[in-house]
Amino acid sequence: MQDTEVLQNEVTATVELPAEAELTAEQQTDGKKRRSKGEKAVKLPKHPKVEHIGGKKSGLMTALLIAPYLLAFIIFIVLPVILAIILSFTDFNSISSPSFVGLDNYIRLFTEDEVFMQKVIPNTLVFSIIAGPVGYFLSFFLAWMLAQVPKGPRTVLALCLYAPSLTSGVAMQVVWTAIFSGDPNGYLNAILLKMGVISEAVQWLQSGDYLMPIMIVVTIWSSMGIGFLSMLSGILNIDPQLYEAAYIDGMRNRFQEIFHVTMPSIKPQMLFGAVMAVVNTFQAGAIGVELSGSNPTPNYNGQLIINHIQDYGYIRYEMGYAAAISVVLLILIYAVSKIIMALLSSKND
Amino acid sequence: MASFQGKKINPKRFHVSQIKFYVLLLPLAIFMVLPIIYIFTTAFKPAEELFKFPPSFFVENPTWDNYKALFELISGTSIPATRYLFNSIIVTVLTMFISIILSVSAGYVLSKKKFKGQKLIFEINTLALMFVPIAVTIPRFILIVNLGLVDRFISNILPIVAMPVGLFLIKQFIDQIPDALIEAAKMDGASELDILFKIIIPSVRPAIATVAIMSFQSAWGNVEASVYYLNNESLKTFAYYITTFTSATNTSITQGITAASALIMFLPNLIIFIVMQSKVMDTMAHSGIK
Repeated sequence: MQDTEVLQNEVTATVELPAEAELTAEQQTDGKKRRSKGEKAVKLPKHPKVEHIGGKKSGLMTALLIAPYLLAFIIFIVLPVILAIILSFTDFNSISSPSFVGLDNYIRLFTEDEVFMQKVIPNTLVFSIIAGPVGYFLSFFLAWMLAQVPKGPRTVLALCLYAPSLTSGVAMQVVWTAIFSGDPNGYLNAILLKMGVISEAVQWLQSGDYLMPIMIVVTIWSSMGIGFLSMLSGILNIDPQLYEAAYIDGMRNRFQEIFHVTMPSIKPQMLFGAVMAVVNTFQAGAIGVELSGSNPTPNYNGQLIINHIQDYGYIRYEMGYAAAISVVLLILIYAVSKIIMALLSSKND
Repeated sequence: MASFQGKKINPKRFHVSQIKFYVLLLPLAIFMVLPIIYIFTTAFKPAEELFKFPPSFFVENPTWDNYKALFELISGTSIPATRYLFNSIIVTVLTMFISIILSVSAGYVLSKKKFKGQKLIFEINTLALMFVPIAVTIPRFILIVNLGLVDRFISNILPIVAMPVGLFLIKQFIDQIPDALIEAAKMDGASELDILFKIIIPSVRPAIATVAIMSFQSAWGNVEASVYYLNNESLKTFAYYITTFTSATNTSITQGITAASALIMFLPNLIIFIVMQSKVMDTMAHSGIK
């Protein structure tokens, strides 16, 4: 509420400047009267008359304003998705023109591609089932704690937690390779050797056994991103009266408070955060290749769907087949997001 | 704990009851920042410190050597690092500028106008929040080829200017502006562009700042165009340039240079966020999916 008020004041202030210059005295008082109503104006229903003031010119303006975004959106987001779907039904090696093969790519993907079924799918599931929810709930929990400390420390702490999400995989390679180096000089090896936990240097990134856990840790490390900020801001903007009312109604502890006040109040932010978490988790697919330095990853142990797409698309040039994998990935992201949204909506209503 | 104990969310000052949060938050925050501090220290380590055993976390004799090496280093095709950096700056500035204009104008129309397909467009855009660009690099590549954009500098920019998240946030923010205000301005004779520039843009500045940060991040770290759509080295970006020596053997010289360039990649992101963080938080309050 406070937010809207501030916003409104700002808006009023800015509009008065340009408008006043051209207005007659009569109109000015008229305008001021309307604005002084303030609060009520927010609730005014959309006036259908307004749309007709501009007439045809307004319609043209509308089209002009939205066209550039739509054009870029359609060409580089919608069309590629449609094209991926079309390509997925073809055999295409990027040199000769694509030939229609029906569902062959999908059948091959699910029945013949041993790497896909035995490594890529299980890896992707393990990776996303752990990294996604852990990152998400950690974001919520941290945001919830941060909201309960004063602004100064909160800003510094939030910045520390958010900073990792500003790094790019490529840039962080130097850190991870130094920490997880298979050399006895690597940080982790050096520490563990000194402590006597291990007797010889472990090939953290090349062994395959450790690659997946490391990928998950690194992904969680950088998962306090925009969804985290969204939830933090949501919690900070909850009306304190809600808590008061809930306690009067018999709410007993902080745990109940989270479930009955905090989470329902920030449901929209939690949904936004969930979608961002799903997208980031699936997008983080490149991390295994970045860490191990090779695609395919050692013994395919860090191979995720994204890597499989690139393996077939840019290394083997089987574009139709790679497109089929892309389509499976997009459907997977969509399905997971929808399931999470359904879960979140039913729980909190 | 049976009764309400006063306002706990967003407290004004320190209270003993907050200690438990600090106990959990502080170590975690430190743990999270360590890898980033490592980038800082490594970037300024002289060669002998980079390969010391046991490895040292902090730098003892900081030096600019790694930066000198980075900018003296000439890649295989004799393009200096500064060229890549220059490309990145141009790409980032243009991308930010264009994506802000696109998001604001489209956000205004989707929020305050009524037309056929309006709801559908916003729904498709919300759906596109789940879009993963990396999944469609192949069809994008085919489109780029057919549009004749291969080896054109602009292919660094065009594929990333439409940002579904950006439009989403700006539209949600514009929704907060009362319709009556726009109505009043229209009655006072303001044109569409007046409304856009004198009402909408000034009042959605926080959302614009947020979109600026996000488009900055996506453009500054973008390697897609350099890897897939450009063959001409002189058109590629700095983010791509880093990948060329991180994949090389891990000698002390490349480690120092990589850390130095990683810092160049990271610092602008951090600075921009710090400068604009309060605006970002304002925007995030309206970021929910309803």
